[in-house]
Amino acid sequence: MIKVENLNKSFGKLHVLKGINEQITKGEIVSIIGPSGSGKSTFLRCLNLLEVPNSGSIFFDGANITDKKVNVDIHRQKMGMVFQHFNVFPHLTVLENITITPILEKKIKKKDAIAKAMELLEMVGLKDKAKEYPRKLSGGQKQRLAIVRALAMEPEVMLFDEPTSALDPEMVKEVLDVIGKLAKDGMTCVIVTHEMAFAKKISDRVLFMDEGIIAESGTPSQIFDNPQNPRTVEFLSKVI
Amino acid sequence: MFETMIELVIKYWPVFIEGTIITLGFAFLTVILGTFFGGIIALLKMSKNWFVRILPCAYIEIIRGTPLLLQLYVFYYLLPMAIGVDIPKEICVLTALVINSSAYVAEIIRAGIQAVDKGQNEAAKSLGMSNFNMMVKIILPQAIKNILPALGNEFVSVIKETSLASVFFVGDLMTKQKIIASATGTTLEALMIVGVIYFILTFSLTKLMNYFEWRFKQSD
Repeated sequence: MIKVENLNKSFGKLHVLKGINEQITKGEIVSIIGPSGSGKSTFLRCLNLLEVPNSGSIFFDGANITDKKVNVDIHRQKMGMVFQHFNVFPHLTVLENITITPILEKKIKKKDAIAKAMELLEMVGLKDKAKEYPRKLSGGQKQRLAIVRALAMEPEVMLFDEPTSALDPEMVKEVLDVIGKLAKDGMTCVIVTHEMAFAKKISDRVLFMDEGIIAESGTPSQIFDNPQNPRTVEFLSKVI
Repeated sequence: MFETMIELVIKYWPVFIEGTIITLGFAFLTVILGTFFGGIIALLKMSKNWFVRILPCAYIEIIRGTPLLLQLYVFYYLLPMAIGVDIPKEICVLTALVINSSAYVAEIIRAGIQAVDKGQNEAAKSLGMSNFNMMVKIILPQAIKNILPALGNEFVSVIKETSLASVFFVGDLMTKQKIIASATGTTLEALMIVGVIYFILTFSLTKLMNYFEWRFKQSD
């Protein structure tokens, strides 16, 4: 579904991604772990071109989205993204946060968009907050809103950029539960995370990134129980 | 001196009122038109294309880097010459004021837009929103809260700056002061009266704006 070929990204003189090759298949749950500054988030943000790569190609559903002629908005609509800092729209109600993009960009009737949004809100236990503004929500509630806002576009893949890193500890579970549910329902997910237990439990595959490359890749038990790369061993010994 | 001021007010109050209206009219038109053009210039300046940015950047730097009085003179002489017909001096003066204000307003709008959290921009893009919808539906509604108070301050500044236009006798408060002073020989007293009127205008406007800002914060 997503194929990355020789991806390079630099910020000025800092070479962040050094020729990454990777393939994510439909329905796969991929967690990306690694020390800070290893390029995990940059890699994820390249997938929907929030960061424009310096070289290399990204194929999504067979289309090379790094091609300048491609309308990237269309492809972004199929890739939901959830951010560390939620980035919900503060000037819109919870319901409007979810319905605005389907109505504007997919020309879905307002009535249908609302019905769909209410369904999604019910799924994440926020139905009674539909008319509230995001400032009334807790961090965990905001993140659940951000997830359903992305789901309302009916994406084929969900990208999570450290979705629980900005949450108070007691709110981490409610967000992870929602992600776990999506994964179970067959959604393709790419998750940058520091929650090792969660990554181990939920993933089909784990990527360990270090200094701009994917240093090791394998099933959760391969990576967590029997890591081969000394850098992986060192990292895991520090975080677990 | 105080008695002379009272006498002047009693005798010439319609003149002062007229001057006040003309001053407010200039200031109002300047800010409205300046906001319109300033908005366009701000959007151009935020373009991703460096070539598009050159002109608005140069415009803003040059206008903000030269005195308004000089700009008033330039447009007073240049505009009729450039168009080739005799145009009313009020139009020349207003053009200079608008051009001057638009450069300041452009920076106000740009700063207001760029102060919106970058995550908002990214969230809208990640959902696949077009740049236009993102600007109109997500960024601008949030930027307005930063822009309006600064625009109010600009209005207050412009009220005071219109006094420079009196060198061309455009009928504003300061022009009226000159006319009354030369008719009655009471320069200082006339100045005092006009000063009080300017102060009342700007002070009440500032207070009004503070009230709205407070209301804004309540609704936040």
